[in-house]
Amino acid sequence: MTDDDRVFKALADPTRRFLLDRLFVRDGRTLTELESELEMTRFGVMKHLKVLEEANLVVARRSGREKLHYLNPVPIRLIHDRWIDKYTERRVSALVDLKNELESA
Amino acid sequence: MSTMTETTTQIYRVYIRTSPEAVWDAITKPEWTERYGYQGVADYDLRAGGRANMRPGAAMRAFEGIPETIIDGEFLEVDPPRRLVQTWRMLMDGGLAEEGFTRLTHEIESVGEGVTKLTVIHDLEDAPKLANVVSGGIEAEGGGGGWAWVLSDLKSVLETGSHMAAN
Repeated sequence: MTDDDRVFKALADPTRRFLLDRLFVRDGRTLTELESELEMTRFGVMKHLKVLEEANLVVARRSGREKLHYLNPVPIRLIHDRWIDKYTERRVSALVDLKNELESA
Repeated sequence: MSTMTETTTQIYRVYIRTSPEAVWDAITKPEWTERYGYQGVADYDLRAGGRANMRPGAAMRAFEGIPETIIDGEFLEVDPPRRLVQTWRMLMDGGLAEEGFTRLTHEIESVGEGVTKLTVIHDLEDAPKLANVVSGGIEAEGGGGGWAWVLSDLKSVLETGSHMAAN
């Protein structure tokens, strides 16, 4: 699996997107905090966090006795920079061409 | 709730197909730092207690009113090619400079198969304006995409030799 595949697979699940949304609102949370917001077993939340960590969308770091989870936006940025920019640029320039064409007609 | 934690730390991680030494050079040598992201020129005295300043690169100098030093700080730990810790203050405008020094850590680690893991940890205590800038909050106004953008561009420069910031 490529890095991009891992990211898309991780994002293809609503629970994992919910976890990322929670971290976006407030970063650096413990498993206990994240678990308290989901109707799911601790083990279930751990499994989802593991998929997110493997996709590099979540980075876990120890702080004293706690393990804190941080949202890492870099993999999404990489996809944005490599793929989405490419298409939006083309679309914008196509619209500009169309505008020029219509106005000069 | 007793388990609530409040953090002002931001963490960014990227995997780059290159050596730890190449990543170290890319984050410490001016001929590299001016090639990606904000394209600042590193003005570094690479030792604990040494100067950790950044001067504007050619693209940035084109704007009026850009100060001679855009970031200042001091190295706290210099351990090539593994760990670089510095104080970090942005001087682009009065509001940012006023927030004072933050703490920036780069961790570099080989994960095998020619891949290096780079982790940026930015402790932004009492620096909400800077936290907004480095998280890409002012990108729409032309302020650059913060650390995620910088690391994406750094990966691009190291792996393909070309970067996106100039486009």
